[in-house]
Amino acid sequence: MVNVKRFAGKIYVGLIAFLLYAPLLILIVCSFNNSKARTVWGGFTFRWYIELFRNQEVLMAVKTSLLLTTSAAMIAMVLGTLACIGMSVMGKRTKMIFQSVTNIPLLNADIVTGIAIMLLCVHFLTLGFGSVLIAHVTLGIPYVILNVMPKLQQVNKSIYEAALDLGASHVYAFIKVVLPEIVPGIISGFFFAFTVSMDDFVITYFTKGAGMNTISTMLYQQLRRGINPEMYALSTLLLLLILLLLGMINHLSASKKSREVDF
Amino acid sequence: MRGRWFLMNRKWLATPYAIWALGFIVLPLIMVIYYGVTNGAGEFTCSNVMAITDPIHYKAFGNSVLIALGSTLICLIIAYPLAYILSQSEKRGAGTVIMIFVLPMWINFLLRVLALQMILSNTGILNAILKFFGLPVQRIMYTKGAILIGMVYDYIPFMILPIYNVMSKIDKDVLEAAQDLGATAFTTFKRIIVPLSLPGVLSGIIMVFIPSLSEFVVADILGGSKILLFGNVIEQEFNVLNNWNLGSGLSIVLMIFIFISMAIMNRNEGEEGEAMLW
Amino acid sequence: MKKKKVLRKKIIILGIVFLVAICVSVGCGSSQNKTTADDHTLVVFNYGDYIDTETIRMFEKETGIQVEYEEYVTPEDMYTKYKSGAIDYDLICTSDYMIEKMIKENEALQIDTSKMEYYDNVGQEYLDFCKAFDPDNSYAIPYFWGTVGILYNEEMVDEEITSWSVLWNEKYKNEIVMENSMRDAFLVPLKWKGYSLNTTDKNQLLEAQKLLMKQKPLVEAYLVDESRDAMIAGDAAMAVVYSGDATVAMEANENLNYVVPEEGSNIWFDCWMIPKSAKHKKEAELFIDYMNREDIAMLNFDYIYYGTPNSEVYKLLDEETKEDESIFPVQEVMDKCEVYQYLGNEIETFYNQMWKELKSY
Repeated sequence: MVNVKRFAGKIYVGLIAFLLYAPLLILIVCSFNNSKARTVWGGFTFRWYIELFRNQEVLMAVKTSLLLTTSAAMIAMVLGTLACIGMSVMGKRTKMIFQSVTNIPLLNADIVTGIAIMLLCVHFLTLGFGSVLIAHVTLGIPYVILNVMPKLQQVNKSIYEAALDLGASHVYAFIKVVLPEIVPGIISGFFFAFTVSMDDFVITYFTKGAGMNTISTMLYQQLRRGINPEMYALSTLLLLLILLLLGMINHLSASKKSREVDF
Repeated sequence: MRGRWFLMNRKWLATPYAIWALGFIVLPLIMVIYYGVTNGAGEFTCSNVMAITDPIHYKAFGNSVLIALGSTLICLIIAYPLAYILSQSEKRGAGTVIMIFVLPMWINFLLRVLALQMILSNTGILNAILKFFGLPVQRIMYTKGAILIGMVYDYIPFMILPIYNVMSKIDKDVLEAAQDLGATAFTTFKRIIVPLSLPGVLSGIIMVFIPSLSEFVVADILGGSKILLFGNVIEQEFNVLNNWNLGSGLSIVLMIFIFISMAIMNRNEGEEGEAMLW
Repeated sequence: MKKKKVLRKKIIILGIVFLVAICVSVGCGSSQNKTTADDHTLVVFNYGDYIDTETIRMFEKETGIQVEYEEYVTPEDMYTKYKSGAIDYDLICTSDYMIEKMIKENEALQIDTSKMEYYDNVGQEYLDFCKAFDPDNSYAIPYFWGTVGILYNEEMVDEEITSWSVLWNEKYKNEIVMENSMRDAFLVPLKWKGYSLNTTDKNQLLEAQKLLMKQKPLVEAYLVDESRDAMIAGDAAMAVVYSGDATVAMEANENLNYVVPEEGSNIWFDCWMIPKSAKHKKEAELFIDYMNREDIAMLNFDYIYYGTPNSEVYKLLDEETKEDESIFPVQEVMDKCEVYQYLGNEIETFYNQMWKELKSY
């Protein structure tokens, strides 16, 4: 009886995993298909990958995306971490105000956030790389705060005070005692901001300027145009990149010995 | 004394973020509200917000709510047993297994839509398989069903993860104690697991419901622009029909709706629900 | 303990790597900003997939002007984006009625053709057509032209299509793809009922809207650029498309056929125009001239397959292409076609409202 149940459970888990991954597998398979038709196998080829790397539009979009995402995540990381340190010594009310404001981009609909930042930029700045960067940093900071804050709360205050008593300066004590404890949070916050920014379409769509495309907006354009196997190739490469990134995070958190899944 | 001085000063480290939040979170929202309550000439009006009472808009809004509810419900039905089974399996390797289910979360959302488009279209993979087995061809692409499938596929990891997180934290001793006291498996499930997993379920619902509610890309691509969702209406006002005031007014309605539903869900849960989000 | 130290080192190294990454990226960013601040750029706004991007690269190489190329889907999208004023476009390619609207709203700049080397390549008959929306030929230079018609799959449609009425035939329920562009969607019922495309009679427009609503249950999807691939793949039996899309589709799938229904249709002209926001008018004129050069126009013709107004290119085409009625329709068909006109603010608002009602129906 127990075995049957366990078996049924395994089948269920397997089935859901299959449904989740089958579409992605099909994408990967199609990226090697030497035929534009989706249901005809025209032989194995690297053609789409070669064309992908010759396609200036795609390369520009990838470059813009990487530049945008890295800078946005870095800025979010710095601002978010500083904010956390500041917030940890705030009074309850100030802290609550801060937290509620931080929650707005998390909870609000993407489309409203995008429109809001667009309206701001149209009036006071211009739309371009800068406006998208602003939007992505804004989107990323809450994730950094959410990752760093709990770690900061876990820091043992006595050790910090002991260091001070032993003659360490504040900065020195901070670097030696507090920072190592919160670094994992900072890093996972960074990766969070990175992936959120990489994945975002809606906000970029509303705030981007002329002639600029991220991977997401380019994919959208291509989706509206019809079938283009180069996009399958790009997808496969992106999938690999994500696996690599996640592998890295996992390695880091695994060596940190935390049993929880750190997302 | 020294320590106190530093504590007082550390606060200022939050200043850059405070300025940023003021400039790029609060101010933009004020802009939306300003646009929403004025007309093209800059005069005060409620008509943009009240435009929700126009059948065109409330129908689209109703469509959105229905589809969002549907996708949330389907996600819950699929994810709950899955999270339960995963949380019951041995601890070793559980991290990897749960990783398998949340990995799609990191994959570009348009890419997932692209994959679905390939499968669902009339001459797509699914129909090729059906045809191969001599089964009738299904028209799924460009229907409400396609939109629903798209949303479930996109958002299900956001349901699985929080439910799994709370379930895996349920103390095994509690379950054993219940068994020792003579509870059947069903009673244990009903009296212990369900109540204890509720916070996870709630955050899962929030994380699926809200993005589904404002979705417009899926409706565009998988729905063939035939079914108008509320996100589409707002997007169209901004990008096609050039009525930013109306678009902003409708955005305000959406925002109010979201924050009210959040408040209702959070009140049921207290502060714990918040912490469970991540 | 030792392991922890190694880990800490790793983390620090990782941090340094990221710091370097940001320095590099910020460096790149600022250098990129410098080039955009340079006066040698050109912001071009065009329909989706409407140029052989190779020609842009060639232009950049030959002139040293950097092109920022941006795309849109429908003229209404373009207008909204332009009007928001967020981006200073230098050159826009758009359709007849939208050009007329922009001329009337004083949003267009006169183009100086006197210095254009290849202006004479543009056929006079096409310039005459353009007078419908640009009376002195001073604001718009034609880029491509074509018709709107029905593209259908002979395997799925067993009758010969001659009339728009086929789009209301219950037999093809869920097999019909309509244009997801306001004017192009309304043109179908208007022409079917024998009205002008440019009618401002609200009763006629409401009748057209009613017909479109009646048609909606039969429609599989409202698409613009995707309809071509959908037809090639055999996803639908018929679609309302632009002639150029039809030609490309027919080449990829031999079961497809294109027809301009006998009730008449729309003949459209997509032209280059310089909007008031232009910061680089000279470069924009250079770009237009470049597009008119035979070899460049030929490359674009080969890529897009719409009718080209470039008489030099036309001369170079083989007989088969010249006789292809989907690209160059016969006079008889052209006589029945109308050019869109700008209908004024009031009718435009009325159109918007009707379109919204149709979409939410």
